[in-house]
Amino acid sequence: MSAPLLVLLVVLGSLAVAGFGPTAAERARLALDSRRRARAVARTPRELAYDPGRERRAERKALELLRSAVGEEEFAMYGSLGFLRVRGRARDGREYGYLIYPHRPIVAYDAETGELLSEYCVGFPDRAETAFGSRLPDADDVLAKWMSLHGDERGLIAGANMHLPGRQVDPGQVRRDLRRLREWEGRSRPLRIAA
Amino acid sequence: MKLVRMRPGHGDVLLAEGDVEAAEDEERLVEEFRRQLDKGMWAAVPTSTGPRREALMVRDFGEVPRDAERVIFFPPAAGG
Repeated sequence: MSAPLLVLLVVLGSLAVAGFGPTAAERARLALDSRRRARAVARTPRELAYDPGRERRAERKALELLRSAVGEEEFAMYGSLGFLRVRGRARDGREYGYLIYPHRPIVAYDAETGELLSEYCVGFPDRAETAFGSRLPDADDVLAKWMSLHGDERGLIAGANMHLPGRQVDPGQVRRDLRRLREWEGRSRPLRIAA
Repeated sequence: MKLVRMRPGHGDVLLAEGDVEAAEDEERLVEEFRRQLDKGMWAAVPTSTGPRREALMVRDFGEVPRDAERVIFFPPAAGG
């Protein structure tokens, strides 16, 4: 091989490394990253993938637990209306109530006037066991709120973020729900008396 | 008495079950109760007086009524 040809090859080789080297290195790095990600996905247990059947089974179990704790009447309320109501009485004797929706703020209202008082944003995220996410089934979330309101109303409310009505829950919907609740109670009362 | 815990993706799972009048069972229940509270769980006992249903929040096994059917553990509340 002649000296000029050798020099030419060396120069071309250097240019190739300088020009395409970083690109090639970048490609190699991306390929390695991609392979690492694929391996990580392959290592993820199959049960961690979203499974609508599992979620339905969890919800059914949660509904049974709710029924056993709140009783048939309140369970029927939840089944018919999609929320539970907890009553309370202030020191001055005024009656108020809370509407408990799954995974939505608790809404407080004046039981005599129907005026909406406030929203209490509170949740029960499970940070201890996150294999299936941190969100409890709907009925479990409702039951957790119901038990906390009955067992330690002040503690729950003190720890919640309080907002004016309408921040997350549509006030129009809450008023409709209160009307539906009155109608539902009107329909179910004669059944209770008959029973 | 049953100790159950709410779990995402599962509904409630049974943690322990036993007769509180049997010393060995009670010891197991107390141990599991403490383990859950150490994990930061809240514990509640559904109660009933006639048709009226309520719940009692408990922080010690001694606060659990002896005739309670179940204690329900759930994650602590967090302001949303």
